[in-house]
Amino acid sequence: MAGSTLEIKDLHVEIEGEEILKGVNLTIKGGEFHAVMGPNGTGKSTLASAVMGHPKYEITKGEIYLDGEDVLEMEVDERAQAGLFLAMQYPSEISGVTTSDFLRSSINSQREEGDEIPLMQFIKEMDSKLDTLEIDKNMAQRYLNEGFSGGEKKRNEILQLMMLQPAIAILDEIDSGLDIDALKVVSKGINEMRSENFGCLIITHYQRLLDYITPDHVHVMMQGRIVKSGGPELAHRLESEGYDWIKEELGIDDETVGQEA
Amino acid sequence: MAVDTQLPYDKEYVANYSGKRNEPDWFKDIRQKAVDLADDLPMPNPEKTRIKNWNFTDFEHDVSGADIKSFDELPEKIRVLLGDHVEERNLIVVRNNNIAYAKLSDELKEKGVIFEDIFTAMHEHGDLVQKYFMQDGVSVDENKLTARHAALMNSGIFLYVPKNVEIEEPIQVIFWQEDDHAALFNHVLLVADQHSQVTYVENYVSNNDETETVANIVSEVFALDGAKVSYGAVDNFAQGTTSYVNRRGHVERDATLEWALGQMNDGHTLSENVTNLVGDNSLSHAKAVSVGRGNQKQDFTANIRHWGQASEGYILQHGVMKDNSASIFNGIGKVENGATKANAEQESRVLMLSEGSRGDANPILLIDEDDVTAGHAASVGRVDPIQLFYLMSRGISQQEAERLVIHGFLAPVVREIPIETVQSQLREVIEGKVY
Repeated sequence: MAGSTLEIKDLHVEIEGEEILKGVNLTIKGGEFHAVMGPNGTGKSTLASAVMGHPKYEITKGEIYLDGEDVLEMEVDERAQAGLFLAMQYPSEISGVTTSDFLRSSINSQREEGDEIPLMQFIKEMDSKLDTLEIDKNMAQRYLNEGFSGGEKKRNEILQLMMLQPAIAILDEIDSGLDIDALKVVSKGINEMRSENFGCLIITHYQRLLDYITPDHVHVMMQGRIVKSGGPELAHRLESEGYDWIKEELGIDDETVGQEA
Repeated sequence: MAVDTQLPYDKEYVANYSGKRNEPDWFKDIRQKAVDLADDLPMPNPEKTRIKNWNFTDFEHDVSGADIKSFDELPEKIRVLLGDHVEERNLIVVRNNNIAYAKLSDELKEKGVIFEDIFTAMHEHGDLVQKYFMQDGVSVDENKLTARHAALMNSGIFLYVPKNVEIEEPIQVIFWQEDDHAALFNHVLLVADQHSQVTYVENYVSNNDETETVANIVSEVFALDGAKVSYGAVDNFAQGTTSYVNRRGHVERDATLEWALGQMNDGHTLSENVTNLVGDNSLSHAKAVSVGRGNQKQDFTANIRHWGQASEGYILQHGVMKDNSASIFNGIGKVENGATKANAEQESRVLMLSEGSRGDANPILLIDEDDVTAGHAASVGRVDPIQLFYLMSRGISQQEAERLVIHGFLAPVVREIPIETVQSQLREVIEGKVY
């Protein structure tokens, strides 16, 4: 089976009446790794959250399709069941629910009734992923994200990614708050996912993550739009020269949303 | 809707009822006086809950229940409460107003433990029952409902644990309101004599979703010097039952009383749980969880009063409100003058899952002594939509996500409950109420 395709067309998104995204176009196919870069406040995380259906974001215009299916018509859980995944920048803490129970419920929610994952198989898979991500095995029995350090939360997001095996994943600043060792481990996990059946959108404002995960396509976001796209070389140029040259090219003074040229 | 406040049961009816059961004179006398008091006394008056339109009068008072010949004949709802090896357990099943099954091991009988129908106990152990029945615990004349309780008591259990006797396995009673219209005026009298130890678990069950009726429950628990009592309850009356629950503890020197209450009724409920820490170094934990759903209104009071020096009282209650349910959680820590070194702590947390639900937590500390420690924490909030988003973003349905959040919210209380059977029963019942 060839991979899935996520198409984002002319996406406009508001939060509390303020327009953050002003027409984003992006297509991600199975087998492709895309990076969306840009300074803070340019709408990157809004893009990630809006695709997954975050309750605070209102889509005012545009379309999102996953393999031709209208994503905007789907509830959040249906989007996940269709194959979308969002690794969150700030995962919620859920008291009283263990990470392990949550993972099993998640996996089973994406399987047919009566075809639940056998417990031993689940434990085996989880243990092997915990090893890959160098996560202490006790974490599975702790309440979901409660009292986790920033790094533990990020690793837990990637653990979920690896266990759920989505068709298309969006990773929202998965590198923020990670030291270099943790960054390497997390990158290893993400790279293990690489296949024809997996497409990935990596949102970051640091080039350093892309030293470990090589994207096929790099996009730059400013003022709620994708203003430049290219290959991996674009990320390298941003690292050495910063964003000013793009702003100059486009005649932008302030790249954040709400500062129109 | 029934709004009569007076009962159709008069002195003559009550005298006949007493006579039919061959009750001792002292108890007949309490009943007759209670009929008058029930006419004259006011209803309880919870501050923030209007009970004026609740049904307290539409019920059938005298309903028999058949013996249980085999546990297999019991409905699933009852069987899950029994667990395994039921034949070996010290257990009473009350069906409507009759004892349908009773078992107390020979070993405990030989040690002098009494575990039986309260009316039987009035004959066999009259002095003991009379000494404690509605004297230093709940008084007949507290309000209209306590008086009505005494006048119409149609069910009850007496549990007595002699000095120095320690009972390991929980003693369990199931009160099964099998007939939809049958009222339960039930009295539990538990006396743990000096340095004894006992765990008692009770379950209230009914299925009257449509038919209205009444449950009027008084529990009096006496933990004498050095005794340790764990009292677990899972209340699970159906929507048609209006419940008045009054559980009272009396804790003497160096004694401990632990309450673990699952307040899972589906009908209107007025519940007060008062513990008097009478003796020095007495200790009580009052732990309670609750799930409200439908249109039910509930009012819960957990009140620990400190009289003894260095007495410690801890209230912990968590409630989840769904649909259009409304609940008030009052937490009261009262330290009397002279109760030096007392510690009164409480925590009440309420989570509302829907727009239509309402919840309130009222922490109250009343302190008449300087040399004490006390603290309270209370919170009332709605479920965090971002939490639900997070859970659903992994494919979990909204219903399942809410289920996880509810279990998670109640877990800190449930896992603190010292009685394992109550923990697992509660998980079952919570599960049933979440959907």
